Amino acid sequence: MRSIIHTRVYPEPKFRPKEALRYAGVFGESEEMLSLLEETSGELLPRLDYKVCYCELDAAFCDGAYDLGFALVSSHALARCLSGCERIILFAATIGLELDRAARRYSSTSGSRALMAQGIGAERIESLCDAFCLDIAREYEAQGFECTPRFSPGYGDLPLDLQRDIFAHLKPEGRIGITLNESLLMTPTKSVTAIVGLRRKVE
Amino acid sequence: MKITEYLKTNILYLDGGMGTLLQERGLLPGELPERWNLSHPEVIRDIHKAYFDAGSNVVNTNTFGASLLKLDTPELEEIIAAAIENARFAKAASTSPKPKWIALDVGPLGRMLKPFGDLDFEEAVKVFSETVRLGAKHGADLVFIETVNDSYEAKAALLAAKESCDLPVFVSCAYGADGKLMTGATPAAMVAMLEGMGADAIGVNCSLGPDALTPVVEEYLKYSSLPVLVKPNAGLPRAVGDKTVFDLDAQHFADSTLALVELGAKVAGGCCGTTPDYIRALVEKTRHATPLKTEKKNITLVSSYTHAVSFDTPVLIGERINPTGKPRFKEALVRGDMDYILKVGIEEEEAGTHILDVNVGLPEINEPELLSRTVTELQAVTNLPLQIDTSDHVAMEAALRRYNGKAMINSVNGKAESMHKVFPLAKKYGGVVVALTLDEDGIPATAEGRVEIAKRILSCAESYGIDKKDLIFDPLALTVSADSKAPTETLRAVEMIKGELGCHTSLGVSNVSFGLPSRDVLNSTFFTMALTCGLSAAIMNPHSAEMMGAYRAYLALSGRDESCAEYIKHLDTLPVLRNSDIKPQKNTLDAVEPDSLKKAIIKGMGTLAARLALELLTSKEPLSVVNEDIIPALDTVGVGFEEKRIYLPQLLMSAEAAGAAFDAVKSKMKLTEGAKKCTLVIATVKGDIHDIGKNIVKLLLENYGFDVIDLGRDVPPERIVEETVKRRAPIVGLSALMTTTVPAMEQTVKALRAAAPHCKIMVGGAVLNKEYADMIGADAYAKDAMEAVRVAEEIYSSL
Repeated sequence: MRSIIHTRVYPEPKFRPKEALRYAGVFGESEEMLSLLEETSGELLPRLDYKVCYCELDAAFCDGAYDLGFALVSSHALARCLSGCERIILFAATIGLELDRAARRYSSTSGSRALMAQGIGAERIESLCDAFCLDIAREYEAQGFECTPRFSPGYGDLPLDLQRDIFAHLKPEGRIGITLNESLLMTPTKSVTAIVGLRRKVE
Repeated sequence: MKITEYLKTNILYLDGGMGTLLQERGLLPGELPERWNLSHPEVIRDIHKAYFDAGSNVVNTNTFGASLLKLDTPELEEIIAAAIENARFAKAASTSPKPKWIALDVGPLGRMLKPFGDLDFEEAVKVFSETVRLGAKHGADLVFIETVNDSYEAKAALLAAKESCDLPVFVSCAYGADGKLMTGATPAAMVAMLEGMGADAIGVNCSLGPDALTPVVEEYLKYSSLPVLVKPNAGLPRAVGDKTVFDLDAQHFADSTLALVELGAKVAGGCCGTTPDYIRALVEKTRHATPLKTEKKNITLVSSYTHAVSFDTPVLIGERINPTGKPRFKEALVRGDMDYILKVGIEEEEAGTHILDVNVGLPEINEPELLSRTVTELQAVTNLPLQIDTSDHVAMEAALRRYNGKAMINSVNGKAESMHKVFPLAKKYGGVVVALTLDEDGIPATAEGRVEIAKRILSCAESYGIDKKDLIFDPLALTVSADSKAPTETLRAVEMIKGELGCHTSLGVSNVSFGLPSRDVLNSTFFTMALTCGLSAAIMNPHSAEMMGAYRAYLALSGRDESCAEYIKHLDTLPVLRNSDIKPQKNTLDAVEPDSLKKAIIKGMGTLAARLALELLTSKEPLSVVNEDIIPALDTVGVGFEEKRIYLPQLLMSAEAAGAAFDAVKSKMKLTEGAKKCTLVIATVKGDIHDIGKNIVKLLLENYGFDVIDLGRDVPPERIVEETVKRRAPIVGLSALMTTTVPAMEQTVKALRAAAPHCKIMVGGAVLNKEYADMIGADAYAKDAMEAVRVAEEIYSSL
């Protein structure tokens, strides 16, 4: 049984200003937007922290559904993604509550900064997930596995309800401070839960 | 013997881990361990007995996650009853000669409280109350609230425990490696709040091993007048094969925990990874340790959800959140314009205050409701501790109850009625009370008279169990123009209260200059004089350069500012800059100065737009400035946005600049106002906490002259209906971002149709489109903020 749940704290992943701007709705070059981003990220980045908790589980496809070890899931999109995988990594990641606090404060003082904060938050959590998945890919490559892209509840036909099972299994509340509310949203808002498939590499 | 009595002269031993032991015996991931009280009572009894046999005085029942959020009432009661029975069985079966107690174990609920989560504070209190009530009913000896990682949840749990039973309550928090709770509270902040609310022992458990917890425990011991408890993990976990292993064995764990006991911890046990062997080793190792006496600390602390503020260095309390003499602020209160109020608070914080005074008293408003809401909303945007300022004791209680931390309470005075109203609240919710030295006969003329009243207040507080460290005396600054000796008496009173009574003082400094010109000069000089006499806090205007200058200069000159670093750091807020050649650096955005208001708005330069608007107003009618300059500029930006030449953040910056220009215009057209188009109620629907889109729409609608009433996010249909009917709003805007919350939007539309058939409903949000909007019965759909303005204008012109 691979039920151990691990926690990792990451150093700040490299910040990608262009991505943050894109998430904030800025698609081209703009001096003013860059300076707004610089000011906002200067205030925000030191306040964030980067945490992931995860576990490895056996996965088996039978009778049209995937037994992922923590839940039985029928989803065509997930089945396609996990095709040929015999194990999965289930993870939850967050950049913490400080981003929500800052965004809330900006929304009282400056809408444009509040929006920038959202863009920065989106970029940060994506960068954290990328960093984590890259680590996992490296670690499992040595054991002869390749990783699928990460897949989250709400993608395609994978129901958001799965969040409840993920939370029951990973218990990220105490480990990294993510909670699930009744409408299946997470707090902090910049949090992600996802599944990564591990597929044995064909020589 | 009562456990609190035993604790005075003995080290109290707790138990160790439960979860890990249950997993070893076959508990599956995802399975509720609490159900094992019923399905595997023999396992639970074995574990409890092993801890008692190892020397634990207290075992925690297997009820960590037992709450109404996971179980229905009958099952909850069945589980709690069985859990306590299992512990009782073990207590009777154990051969250990030590005194033994059974603690009802209460863990976190696993849901985040509002404003950042969706669980209401009172709902959390209710859920905890039920667990505690059942625990007390079935015979628990004490309540043990543990592994709390959020200060607000700790408050809800402790309040529930105090309200639902008379048992002793221990509260234990889980700290990260940064020495803070998950939501940011420092040890001092938690000590202030938990001690203030009347916990019986407080401390730390889980997360880290005893060595890593040492700095946190030291902080607890420094501030706490209560026994401090430690229940560390067996070091750090790591995976070995398919097992989690902790890096400290029983002996090393006992050695390190002994060190914490030697520092002064009075209650000790273990958490994750510890077993009966660890507790046995701990009991053995600490056998000869002398339990230190729990010392009373005379440190005055107020706290927020992140940090505590002490009064050893003089503290600035911002006075601007107060309607007295501020028409714009009054208007905001009446309209429920929370953003305006929040902004006032944020500006005070940025100016350098340490605590914000909050006064929203107006005859025409529901103060209990508004004060409690203001406190909650302020705590979402600032982490400064707040001073609850009201003479309405119902409002005071409502706000104290909701406050996340240990508040300052403004105020009590020497009148019997005041003390008997305020002290019970301070005792129940905790707080540092500002005590005015006046009574039924008014304000004594002499310092001696005021000190007499202070003594009476002290003794009355004591009879309520309130320590003198939780009182701050305000000996009242009176107007020098009315009595030239008045300031001298006040200053003498400050000295006497500090010297004779050993208490802190606070003053509303600016009263001294009432009725005289150049008030800042008098205020700041009086402030300096009072600081020199030992004043601990001042309620003041942090935007006064003279006052801030006096404060920074005092700190520098009294040896409290090493290398004058703070003084230099805050140069730009000090009066010297006003007349000197040094000019503050210009904001990069202001580098190129556009010559017209229109350009300033298009470029999103707020300060400049406000200045240019004021200049224009000297030669132009206010309405012409709006119609010929501000609105056309906004239109230009709007078109640019729709043609994708301008980005959303730029649109917002322009909207903010237009807002600044509007404020300038408004200041000139007070009497002729009424140019608002119509009221528009806007809200993010129930269940949805996304509000960035809604906020953007609101800002633009305001720019275009709508009187927007913003109800916030996660707003129930009833509230939207109530406000729409009350204000006879002809337009309602609803936002939803999640597919899961569209049904709530539909419900709101239905409720509005039934109760307010006059209103038109426009909807928007990421998951919506025209078809969806039609399906749920809305009148109009807007795909983005600019379209929302257009749609609202269309509806308005058809009214």
